[in-house]
Amino acid sequence: MDDVLARAERVVDEGIGLTESDLRALLEVGDDDLPALLDIAHRVRLRWCGPGVEVEGIVSVKTGGCPEDCHFCSQSGRFDSPVRSAWLDVPALVAAAEQTAATGATEFCIVAAVRGPDEKLMRQVRAAVRAIRETVDINIACSLGILHPDQVAELAELGVHRYNHNLETARSYFPRVVTTHTWEERWETLQLVRSAGMEVCCGGILGMGESLDQRAEFAAQLAELAPDEVPLNFLNPRPGTPFATLPVMPVGEALRAAAMFRLALPRTILRFAGGRELTLGDDGIREALRGGGNGLIVGNYLTTLGRAPQADLALLEELGEPIRSAELSALSKAL
Amino acid sequence: MICAAVAGVFCERCGSPQAEGDHGACGVVRVWEPPRYCAQCGRRLVVQVLPVGWTARCPQHGEVA
Ligand code: SF4
Ligand SMILES: [Zn+2]
Ligand SMILES: [Zn+2]
Repeated sequence: MDDVLARAERVVDEGIGLTESDLRALLEVGDDDLPALLDIAHRVRLRWCGPGVEVEGIVSVKTGGCPEDCHFCSQSGRFDSPVRSAWLDVPALVAAAEQTAATGATEFCIVAAVRGPDEKLMRQVRAAVRAIRETVDINIACSLGILHPDQVAELAELGVHRYNHNLETARSYFPRVVTTHTWEERWETLQLVRSAGMEVCCGGILGMGESLDQRAEFAAQLAELAPDEVPLNFLNPRPGTPFATLPVMPVGEALRAAAMFRLALPRTILRFAGGRELTLGDDGIREALRGGGNGLIVGNYLTTLGRAPQADLALLEELGEPIRSAELSALSKAL
Repeated sequence: MICAAVAGVFCERCGSPQAEGDHGACGVVRVWEPPRYCAQCGRRLVVQVLPVGWTARCPQHGEVA
């Protein structure tokens, strides 16, 4: 174990992510070595991303009724979930962006529960992006599922700064999570996004029954993709979904996993997202921001609630972490 | 008219009558969730979660606070 920590230590100076087998070993670091692992992950983050935590808010423009069958998702129309379809109009999207900007967040992501956008959704997003860009000082991201090349080009042209499309889990485990589309289809959209010049945001959900091997495999696959941002969600088992009875991931396992992702991806924004309240709790999120993480979703999620933004902002102040500005993000990318 | 006494007949998380079964676990996780069922009639609500706050509407009873 000392050996893998020694190799992890080298990432601080070299900035090159660990191999998949080393990443796998990190997931079994003993409790005694966990503080050392978190400390290394923290120093890797400081060295290769700089100080500061990127803060983002998200909102659902189209909720529920999705034709896909992602087994963790309460918005799939294929499961007996209590989530009903809802649609947010443009003034409400602008108001949500204003709410988000008021927290000091620099990123606002518009999300839709779809396989991919149809013309009605594209019209709504088009109008919302234009309206938000006119009135709110915030970067706009979108998460609208699988895209055609012309849709990618249009989003880039509109000024969408980052596109989120999660691979969700390791390629080898994906067929156990989703059967209505493939990991490769998601990968293709991510390549289109990058070639259009938008930033790539791609992460997933931990604790969906994947093995530790698959967790390390996923980190290695994300390292190959090299996204600008990796959102890390922890499964919050939703009523009515096939994963409803899976257990919530223990905090120690989540901290090891987060540090492991940092050691795979020294330069990315590693953002703690859905499920963190249940898995990490108040103390765990503090440790996670001292253990490789440098991003937060503040406020509520798409169908569930988060901590009050003031609680997270107070935590950042306590940790001496400034909110990372868009300019700083661009600068550290050039490191 | 709906009198206040009938509010809370149904569990807002699982939609079952409060009088049936144990809703202790529903109450614990409900901290991180908006209501999903109308407490008065048990119908599923149309819910919109926002970055700060949420709105919910019952097809029968209108906006839920
Ligand atoms: S595509 Fe998105 S909204 Fe649809 S079921 Fe999968 S995760 Fe849920
Ligand atoms: Zn209940
Ligand atoms: Zn009702």
